[in-house]
Amino acid sequence: MLGGSILQSKHCLGLADMSTEEMTEILDNAVPMKQVISRDIKKVPTLRGKTVVILFFEPSTRTRISFELAAKHLSADTVNVSVSTSSVSKGESLFDTARTIKALGADLVVLRHPAAGAPHILARLIDVPVINAGDGMHEHPTQALLDLFTLRERKGELQGLKVVIIGDILHSRVARSNIWGLTKFGADVHLVAPPTLLPAGIGQTGVTVHHRPEDALVDSDVVMVLRLQRERQREGLIPGVKEYARLYGLNAARLALARPDAVVMHPGPINRGVEITDDVADGTRALITDQVANGVAVRMAVLYLLTLGREN
Amino acid sequence: MDLRQKAIILDRDGIRRALTRIAHEIIERNKGVENVVLIGIRRRGVPLALRLAGKIEQIEGSAAPVGFLDITLYRDDLTQLGYHPKLYRTEVPFPVTDRTVILVDDVLYTGRTVRAAMDAIMDLGRPKAIQLAILIDRGHRELPIRADYVGKNVPTSSREVISVQIEEIDGQEQVLILEKN
Amino acid sequence: MRLIIRGGTVVDPARGRMYRSDVLVDGERVAAVEKRIPARGARVLDAEGKLVLPGLIDMHVHLREPGQEYKETVATGTRAAARGGFTAVAAMPNTDPVADTAGVIRYVLEKAEDAGYARVCPVGALTRGSRGGELSEMGELCAAGAVAFSDDGRSVTSAAVMRRAMEYARMLGVPVISHCEDETLAGSGVMHEGLVSTRLGLRGIPAAAEEVMVARDLILAEMTGCHLHVAHVSTAGAVRLIREAKARGVRVTAEATPHHFTLTDRAVGDYNTLAKVKPPLRTDADVAAVREGLADGTIDVIATDHAPHAPHEKDVEFDAAAFGLVGLETAVGLVFTELVAKGVLDIPAAVAKMSLNPARILGLPSGDIEPGAVADLTVIDPDASEVVDPALLVSKSKNTPFDGYRLKGLPYATVVGGKVFLRDR
Repeated sequence: MLGGSILQSKHCLGLADMSTEEMTEILDNAVPMKQVISRDIKKVPTLRGKTVVILFFEPSTRTRISFELAAKHLSADTVNVSVSTSSVSKGESLFDTARTIKALGADLVVLRHPAAGAPHILARLIDVPVINAGDGMHEHPTQALLDLFTLRERKGELQGLKVVIIGDILHSRVARSNIWGLTKFGADVHLVAPPTLLPAGIGQTGVTVHHRPEDALVDSDVVMVLRLQRERQREGLIPGVKEYARLYGLNAARLALARPDAVVMHPGPINRGVEITDDVADGTRALITDQVANGVAVRMAVLYLLTLGREN
Repeated sequence: MDLRQKAIILDRDGIRRALTRIAHEIIERNKGVENVVLIGIRRRGVPLALRLAGKIEQIEGSAAPVGFLDITLYRDDLTQLGYHPKLYRTEVPFPVTDRTVILVDDVLYTGRTVRAAMDAIMDLGRPKAIQLAILIDRGHRELPIRADYVGKNVPTSSREVISVQIEEIDGQEQVLILEKN
Repeated sequence: MRLIIRGGTVVDPARGRMYRSDVLVDGERVAAVEKRIPARGARVLDAEGKLVLPGLIDMHVHLREPGQEYKETVATGTRAAARGGFTAVAAMPNTDPVADTAGVIRYVLEKAEDAGYARVCPVGALTRGSRGGELSEMGELCAAGAVAFSDDGRSVTSAAVMRRAMEYARMLGVPVISHCEDETLAGSGVMHEGLVSTRLGLRGIPAAAEEVMVARDLILAEMTGCHLHVAHVSTAGAVRLIREAKARGVRVTAEATPHHFTLTDRAVGDYNTLAKVKPPLRTDADVAAVREGLADGTIDVIATDHAPHAPHEKDVEFDAAAFGLVGLETAVGLVFTELVAKGVLDIPAAVAKMSLNPARILGLPSGDIEPGAVADLTVIDPDASEVVDPALLVSKSKNTPFDGYRLKGLPYATVVGGKVFLRDR
């Protein structure tokens, strides 16, 4: 029963520097958390008296609500702070915020920020744990952890799974976190995107890069579809959204190339008819609603592991 | 921590006799086990609850359902621990509402574990009654809690440690009293 | 006032020689360079075991005055230069206002005169406000003291404007210093585009952003006959382009900074904004190519691109942080530690790139230690060693990525027109 936590870091900033043991500890702790939220009384007193500050410099309802529910299920008090980056000069506001957090007596901070590395900087400024809830194009570790949890729940084992990630890898922090997490667990990760939506050097990170979904999907166990922002067309990164949908959209015919028991994931929100067709998104193989439910459990596990037992 | 063995309080037979007696007491007090469920507190309350259930079934011919409870999320000392206790699953695959719940654990000491367990059970439903079965009561209560069924009362000093060893978990079967050097 | 620099090894970069000699300075000029000069009441500076060099010139420095005195002033910057072993610096024109009028040029020169540390050679803006449109009055700026022209900080976007500027500069006999960066390729990038930027999720600046512009400016230099000096070369491709252009006779010179021959994009680490600089820190292969370019003469000059910034401009999100780092006080140590000690350059070659070559490019009367020459001298202790501590820098800003680096080979004394500055005082 005794024995310290495996989680080395005081913070949860990204999966690139998290070991498989640490990730496994979070996933294991999420199992009883999921049990808690499936009861009638979805609340445990674990973090009673603790204050979790949820600090969003970017609009996002889904992730914010997921963290807020996770904190509330654990009986923590939550403070929601939404900062519009246009109103304040970026640098100053992060500093001011750090000062405010100290004054509020926060026990943990959940930060969403448009600048990559902002959680690292905040973590250097304050001495309470920081959870990265998405920073620029860098990482979104809890989203990837919930994807890993969902896959582990469904497939049992992550090692050896053929996972295909289709879409705007370049701008996707979810894709990056999933790439680091999945490859560490020994999954066989394949990326599909036009060259303009792939980050530099990604082929050197232990993944296989394709430009045609058909080349990647054969025998795949998991298909992760990323959201395509329509502004990519305006930025000149793709010639057109319609063409993209035709070349890269996940439809029933393409999904038929995957294994019969392959599952479909999407971090949401979905651009129906662009990166995924309705029938696939709403089909029996889509785990999209499981992902949302598991997100709360995984975030409860992260909150539990980071908030407690850090006094010494 | 350096511990010195002071005495064996119960051996294999002693534990067996204590559990048998508790099983009889449970049946007698509740006039059968029709509405009774047993819930073991992880970890050593689990095998004890299973054994009590087995004995009750031998005696009565009818079985009481058994569940297992992980109380970690309800502990009041989490912030002082300096480490994370491993979370285990709670497995109570039956409703507790309007049932008589017999909580089972190995040692009753400060009463805080039992307090946490009662809170955990209340979050699962509204039992008709909760009773407490304990293998060793070593005293030093910090909360107004007492056991309904006790295997053995062992007055101890706070320098002493009670070590319950159960076959299923520890590979041997005895209860020791140890002393801190 | 007479000064004897006693017992040092004099380095003569023009002839690639080193020899033991005393140096006698009388007033502002070198009076004698002889084996043994009797003291006769002169002040004696013991240079036993040390190197005596022609005064070092940093031809790429941002002094920030006028307009951004909170980052640096002419006084603090030239004091940092003297501490770093430099007797002269070329001051870049991207001040506020931009040095696109004779008034600003004269203002900077006066400030330097008042400060009395290292000399300042102002660089004039190529275009008005460095906006890349109309040419600045280059003739007037030259008359006021500008030694070269540049819109440093950005490229002149229009090739036509760059062509006209080069034609004018050629007529005036001054070089055009080009900051080579294609802004459409660089975009909103904040570091080198590669595996590290991908891992950090930061927008990248591809090597091609520099190389495309180097290629364009080389072609325009070839066309106009203007002397093009390529600032802060950072990529293997840029080194190759310059090497090829030199081979076919284009009037081009180039500089590299200590950070570009020492650090790679890995220095960004966990979003270390002190390693955010333009051009960005590149890869191992680029560092190797820059060193090779220094060794084979493709790169003529080592300059620091000293770019001071206040803490509030660096203690922010990486995206929001200012580009640039301070270099004046670490340059000599890095040259000796990274280039001389590792056999990339011998001492005379290294010294040439910091004295003779920049003097020739900017048309300054320095670079030689001989009787009659202006007494701008740098004394270096090749055995002195220290760990870089930003708190000890005398520059107003402390934004160095070399915090904690051990450097061996440090400035000991800087002599500017006969006036001696000892480093540790």
